[in-house]
Amino acid sequence: MPLVSVPKLTFAQKLKRFFMIDLLKGLGVTLKFNVGALTDKDAVAGKGIYTEQYPKVRPDVAPRFHGAPRLNMDPETHETLCIACNLCALACPEDCIDVIPMDVEVVVAGKPRRKKVLDEFIFDTSRCMFCALCQEACPTYCLELTQDFELATYSRAGFVWNREMLEQGRETVKYEA
Amino acid sequence: MHQVEIATTQQTVLDSPVMTLNMGPQHPSTHGVLRVILKLDGETVIDLDCDIGYLHRGMEKIAENRTYTMIAPYWDRLDYIAAVSNGLVWVETVEQMMGLDVPRRAHYIRTILTELNRIASHLLWLGTHALDIGAVTILLWAFREREEILKIFERQFGARLTCHAWRVGGMPNDSYDDFEQDVRRFIGNIAGRLDEYETVLSENRIWLSRTVGVGVISGADAIAIGLSGPALRGSGVAWDIRKARPYAAYADVDFDVPLGDNGDTYDRYLVRMEEMRQSRRIIQQAIDNLPDGPVNAKVPKLIKPPIGDYYHSIEGPKGEIGCYLVSDGTQQPWRMRVRPPCFMNLQALKKLCIGHLVADVVAIIGTLDIVLGEIDR
Repeated sequence: MPLVSVPKLTFAQKLKRFFMIDLLKGLGVTLKFNVGALTDKDAVAGKGIYTEQYPKVRPDVAPRFHGAPRLNMDPETHETLCIACNLCALACPEDCIDVIPMDVEVVVAGKPRRKKVLDEFIFDTSRCMFCALCQEACPTYCLELTQDFELATYSRAGFVWNREMLEQGRETVKYEA
Repeated sequence: MHQVEIATTQQTVLDSPVMTLNMGPQHPSTHGVLRVILKLDGETVIDLDCDIGYLHRGMEKIAENRTYTMIAPYWDRLDYIAAVSNGLVWVETVEQMMGLDVPRRAHYIRTILTELNRIASHLLWLGTHALDIGAVTILLWAFREREEILKIFERQFGARLTCHAWRVGGMPNDSYDDFEQDVRRFIGNIAGRLDEYETVLSENRIWLSRTVGVGVISGADAIAIGLSGPALRGSGVAWDIRKARPYAAYADVDFDVPLGDNGDTYDRYLVRMEEMRQSRRIIQQAIDNLPDGPVNAKVPKLIKPPIGDYYHSIEGPKGEIGCYLVSDGTQQPWRMRVRPPCFMNLQALKKLCIGHLVADVVAIIGTLDIVLGEIDR
């Protein structure tokens, strides 16, 4: 069994220990913070405060944040931007996206044609790891990970978002500050 | 009359000098789901055994069924404290296998952000290690500084912890608008803050008596076990992959590799504190010389490395993290093997702990700086 070897103290170190220099130095630093917290007039305005009063004060989330998914719509026509190309589903490492297309009859230049459009879009947020590979794969900037970060639900089924939820978004309760 | 024989020589648990104690897996000081089976003589550890695997997710097997682009976010989940460093190993391995020429700007931004990640990882280590030993104040201070780094990560990558930071051939986005300003403000603050930590800890008699002479390992033993990173350098072995095999922009920056003398917990603490200062130096130089230009190389649509195998490793915050990759020329790797620093470092636990008290086991687990997500994979 190896013995625990502790090096011997020099005289100067012993003297420092006797007068508790080591402890007083550390206490000096902590005291500085205590006095600073009491005298800082800007403390209420958030200067030097690293905690947030969530949910009354909501955090300022970065624009690039990978949060809840959303299917964007054309701002003028309010039609979905999704062209049902299935690239997001192919890019997803966790295989949590299902794009279900349907064929519709359209008239292009006077001739009837079949066109593939989006019927249903299933996004399983319980398996999503928010890597944003689907967002990068989307050619029409339709699928986007937004700044919304509150994703908790009461049931497992609630994690599976359909097209309506992805387009409208979820209602979040906002508390007054 | 018949005499009744009373068994007085029967051995019970109480008679045995050796007691077996299970520490974990739900123990706050084992830094995750690690179970340590301790054999104790009184309070002294005479033998121990580690039980790992509670967090096994089969990462290496999952990787065999994913394309090269899809594997990157899984690397963040190995060592989740240092997701940016882990991601760098993966993309650099694939890039070097394919012979991609990554732009200089991408290399510099990678260097800055991996060094910020090293500081964040060491700050978390410092906070939890100090908390295990009994200094609660340091935890709050360390998390305050770490928060600033995580804010930079959130603005740059869109996530705070599992960032999915890099893509093969470069970066998903260029740096955000206030990136330089944010990084400069952080490295301006951190020097004074590190001095504050050292004032509170380095000479404190409780800290000294809990760390000096605890968990001593010689340089030769450390090499034999396969330690890497600060745990190896604490024993005085000058081995740093940033110096030995420079990757990213480390060949262009000037920094020192701090070394310990005695190889005890206190020396490993000093090495990590000095490493944070050196990281600050590296970030300062990289942000001053940040070149302009694109951040992405020309990458083919389908990433298919040539047939063969390749090993690449970088100096992560915990030690050498490497990736051994075997490609069969398809879109998915044939085999991906992670060289985990924490797994190797954990092997030293038995050697370090024997002869110490139970309370010192907590300090030694802390000083090895292990993350179970990477050990179990």
